[in-house]
Amino acid sequence: MPCAPDNVGGRCHADSVPPPELPPDDVLTGLLLAGDETAFAQVVDAWSPGMRRLARVYVSTEDSAAEVVQEAWLAVVRGIGTFAGRSSLRTWVYRIVANTARRRGGREARTVPASSLGPAGEVGDGGGPTVDPARFLGPGHELSGHWRRPPVPWPGPEEALLAAEVRAEVAAALAELPARQRVVVTLRDVHGYDAAEVCSILEVSAANQRVLLHRARASVRLRLERYFDRAAVGAGEEVRP
Amino acid sequence: MTESLNDPVDHLACAELVELVTAFLDGDLDPAAERRVVDHISLCDGCHLYVDQVRQTTDVLAGLSGGVPLSPEDRERLLAAFRDSSG
Repeated sequence: MPCAPDNVGGRCHADSVPPPELPPDDVLTGLLLAGDETAFAQVVDAWSPGMRRLARVYVSTEDSAAEVVQEAWLAVVRGIGTFAGRSSLRTWVYRIVANTARRRGGREARTVPASSLGPAGEVGDGGGPTVDPARFLGPGHELSGHWRRPPVPWPGPEEALLAAEVRAEVAAALAELPARQRVVVTLRDVHGYDAAEVCSILEVSAANQRVLLHRARASVRLRLERYFDRAAVGAGEEVRP
Repeated sequence: MTESLNDPVDHLACAELVELVTAFLDGDLDPAAERRVVDHISLCDGCHLYVDQVRQTTDVLAGLSGGVPLSPEDRERLLAAFRDSSG
């Protein structure tokens, strides 16, 4: 299952969890091995949308992503006999998607928009701070390291965050992230996978997974903050200096 | 834990806290570090808001889920491939 029950910050999304009628992995694998077409159609319908979004993380067009999903399913059909049950079936399938998409993504030499480079330390994979140091009081100040310019509340909570414009803003921020960050945050936050599963799918360490997720979320939050700042200016509200 | 509830707050700078948010939200901090974060946000509106906004950000990200279903042609092709492979 994508979400561990003890995952404090996590939550399951309706579309990231296989529909309840999907049988458990061992049964499902047995059905697929036995050539049960209904079971195959069920997993194809349940998992393809998520696989498409995962593929889209690596390749530059929707068409390529659709081809990756197709190619991955064909590899699943050919390779189901090699599924050893050491991960969940869905994780195994997602790894195939990631490998397929990565190969194709390499061929397409996806270009990262220049805007993703941003100011130093903002969105890179490097080790810089994820919040602009200028927002904190400098050394020598009595409260050094504390907010000079704290965040201001966002409008909300629900209606503003559900607005299509906000989602578009976040989707754009996602698209501009460095590839590794984009993959991790897509799996974690868009699809609701837990940290262990993301490590397992991408074959990265727990520490690496966390750093990539951390930087990605900080960048997306910053983008939203700027968006709400602009919206406040547009509405003629006082914005912090 | 109750016996430590009265311990003095171990101060953490806001600039440090913002780098712990992800580990905090994942429940990955060791108990001492988690305690420092909880202590800090209990006293600091700015950091409380920051943590909250990261959470809100993940909520918006969750709203992007859905993806695109297979085209009927792709789906039929897959089912045909499956039939062939097991036939």
